[in-house]
Amino acid sequence: MWSYLLRRLVQAALVVAVMAAIVFFGVNVIGNPVDILINPEFDQEEMARAIKALGLDKPLHEQFFYFVKNALQGDLGISFVFGEPALKLIVQRMPATLELAFASLFLSIVLGVPLGMYAGLKPDSKFSKTMMAGSILGFSLPTFWVGIMMIMLFAVMLGWLPATGRGETTDLFGVQVSFLTWDGLTHLAMPAVNLALTNISLVMRLARAGCKEAALQDYVKFARAKGMSEQRIVLKHILKNIMIPVVTVLGLEFGSLIAFSVVTETVFSWPGMGKLIIESIQVLDRPIIVAYLMMTVLMFVTINLLVDLTYSLLDPRVRLGGAGK
Amino acid sequence: MRRSLKFGAVLGATLLLAAGAARAEEVRIGIYSEPSAMDPHYHNLGPNNSFSSNIYDALIIQDENQNLKPGLAMSWEPVSDLVWEFKLRQGVKFHDGSDFNADDVIFTAERAPNVPNSPSSFGTYLKGKTFSKVDDLTIHVTTERPYPLVPVDLSTVSIVSSDIGMDVKTAEFNSGPAMVGTGPYKFVEWLPSDRIVLEKNENYWGERAAFDKVIMKPIKSNPTRVAALLSGDVDMIDNVPTADIETLKTKDGVTLASGISNRVIYLHMDRFRDNSPFITGTDGKNPLKDLRVRQAISMAINRDAIVSRVMEGVAIPAGQLLPPGFFGTSKNLKPQAYNPKRAKELLAEAGYPNGFGMTIHGPNDRYINDAKIAQAIGQMLTRIGIKTQIETMPKSVYFRSASRGGPNGEPKYSFILVGWGSGTGEASSPLKSLVHTHDKSQGFGASNRGRYSNPKTDKLIEDALATVDDTKRAALLAEATEIAINDLAIIPLHYQVNTWATTKGLKYLPRTDERTSLRSLKKQ
Repeated sequence: MWSYLLRRLVQAALVVAVMAAIVFFGVNVIGNPVDILINPEFDQEEMARAIKALGLDKPLHEQFFYFVKNALQGDLGISFVFGEPALKLIVQRMPATLELAFASLFLSIVLGVPLGMYAGLKPDSKFSKTMMAGSILGFSLPTFWVGIMMIMLFAVMLGWLPATGRGETTDLFGVQVSFLTWDGLTHLAMPAVNLALTNISLVMRLARAGCKEAALQDYVKFARAKGMSEQRIVLKHILKNIMIPVVTVLGLEFGSLIAFSVVTETVFSWPGMGKLIIESIQVLDRPIIVAYLMMTVLMFVTINLLVDLTYSLLDPRVRLGGAGK
Repeated sequence: MRRSLKFGAVLGATLLLAAGAARAEEVRIGIYSEPSAMDPHYHNLGPNNSFSSNIYDALIIQDENQNLKPGLAMSWEPVSDLVWEFKLRQGVKFHDGSDFNADDVIFTAERAPNVPNSPSSFGTYLKGKTFSKVDDLTIHVTTERPYPLVPVDLSTVSIVSSDIGMDVKTAEFNSGPAMVGTGPYKFVEWLPSDRIVLEKNENYWGERAAFDKVIMKPIKSNPTRVAALLSGDVDMIDNVPTADIETLKTKDGVTLASGISNRVIYLHMDRFRDNSPFITGTDGKNPLKDLRVRQAISMAINRDAIVSRVMEGVAIPAGQLLPPGFFGTSKNLKPQAYNPKRAKELLAEAGYPNGFGMTIHGPNDRYINDAKIAQAIGQMLTRIGIKTQIETMPKSVYFRSASRGGPNGEPKYSFILVGWGSGTGEASSPLKSLVHTHDKSQGFGASNRGRYSNPKTDKLIEDALATVDDTKRAALLAEATEIAINDLAIIPLHYQVNTWATTKGLKYLPRTDERTSLRSLKKQ
């Protein structure tokens, strides 16, 4: 088990390093941030000064060398735009994105699993059929469009929910969270649903498929024959067996929820990391792009590892570290 | 829908009354661009300067039409060829209670150009000037050569308190302790990407702030920003998208304010190469070097159509570099009239009866409707025989290529769509950077991407920049503009018009410098 973990960690470190190198050199091919950041009314002397101040006058491999040297000490560079450490800027906005991602995950499980199971156990009811049709819309409609439609409906026309931003935050173990206040919840509602829509649909369909399959299994027939209540059969036997594909998909999706909540954060002006990265890409703020992508990779790898471990817990037949997965 | 709307309105009103009784005069603003830092000297760019004007004063303040008004300086005048004297305002206090005097100005002048990691510093506005204290309320600014723009340059620099010390870091501004200014609002907090909170400065020397508390929320997405205004989340927004203006006009309670800006959208043409990279079908000649071809192009463009169709009425056709009325503009220049017949004749006279092929390059996320304007121009030119292709790209790629993307670091494109906003509010800004011969050592022609070079205009511009007398300088600038435009150094298209929208009994006085400043937000 420990050798397995160690191997995974080394792989993770390697992936992060390669990613950093690719992004670092890749961003430079696009353009020069100075052209965008500098006040266009300024002259060439000012441009030269700005290039020097941002360290962009040195040859690329030298810049990369300094980057690696500092990275090993925990310093991922200073943002060209904000003038503050890139890592600090990302960490500052992390609670907002994590809150949104966890809220979406919560909704995916709480809505997706029960609805999917119902559809799986009673596949011919009208409700189930409507839900399944709805789920197709759920993962086909573009998040951007759905978000704007929701804002139009719930904020502008009905006035029930606020249109943008994050609500009041309170301190929870040193981290600012907004779901503990009513104001925070009203602000969190639409972005969380918007982000969760794809996942709810996916989980619903997975749960339905898994349920339909599990309901035909021998052990379910045996449990019914034994006289177990239907409720107990569903909750104890079927639920556990469909959780494996659900956990796997949610695990993979969670990584992308965090990393690419860009669209939802942009539409709802949610002050998270996603908004930061898209704006940094638009102005070529290389330190933030590199730092963010490194963290994203790290997160994906960690989540995959956790999913694999959970998988082995849920299904006793799975042994970790075997030949291939 | 109606009933729930009414219900929502009643509910909203009740809640507002309940909340409003306790909270006095809080205003929420949705802004398009968030400042990148709170430090007023860190980044000399629009959003940062808009923001710092609320917390800080400069010696001279630009009003809505970019006229210079006394700020922390009561009066200013040149006392000799090289020295300007500024008399400072008495009795001004910083937000922390300390007094304002000449030491703070000297400190500011020293600190502003030397902020570490600054992506665009104030050095350009302060270089070549030496500041000296005459007494607590008088400053002398000495220049190396006679320089008329000293007051304009100083109107861009926020005065900070010398108490913060020279080692102050940008992070200390962002978190608050160093944010000490003399302006109408005090800094409360900044939650990056989320909100900036300001409160009224009770001891402001000038026109008292209209609101007790202001919350600025950055909302970059256009539809969301408009929705936030309509749903009451915010009471004012800037950068109203042109497509939404008609809809907003029909809404009760929404007031729109439009104002012309100092930004001209224009076309820049390759004037320094014979075999221009993006022109085809001319046997290696560069048709843009011929005045008749340039005139043909300018005549082929239907500016009125672009303004009414592409810009949806929210722009003004341009005949020169700044709208009429600005300092240094010419009274004799009018926007070129649409004349495609004459355009075709001119092309034939110049030796291109069948036209030629050309590519327009432009950004697609920098100016209002920029990609659409490029497409419209492409269509209009093709109609007179210049088969035009259009290529637009994000600004992150475009500007570098347009300025330095060629094989030897020269401008890459042949025919570009681009804009210029004159932050100084007068004509020397575009003339110096767009029309003057590109000269790195002197800092001229920094954005002259066509490499236009005319010794007559060069001399006029240089003379103007050394003429302190306003009337003489205005005449020189106007003359230079006339020569440049008649020679079609650039082809002006239109001036941008910016729109702000308010609700709740507020009104915004449009600014030509395109800034969103609380100083221009008033109660109706």
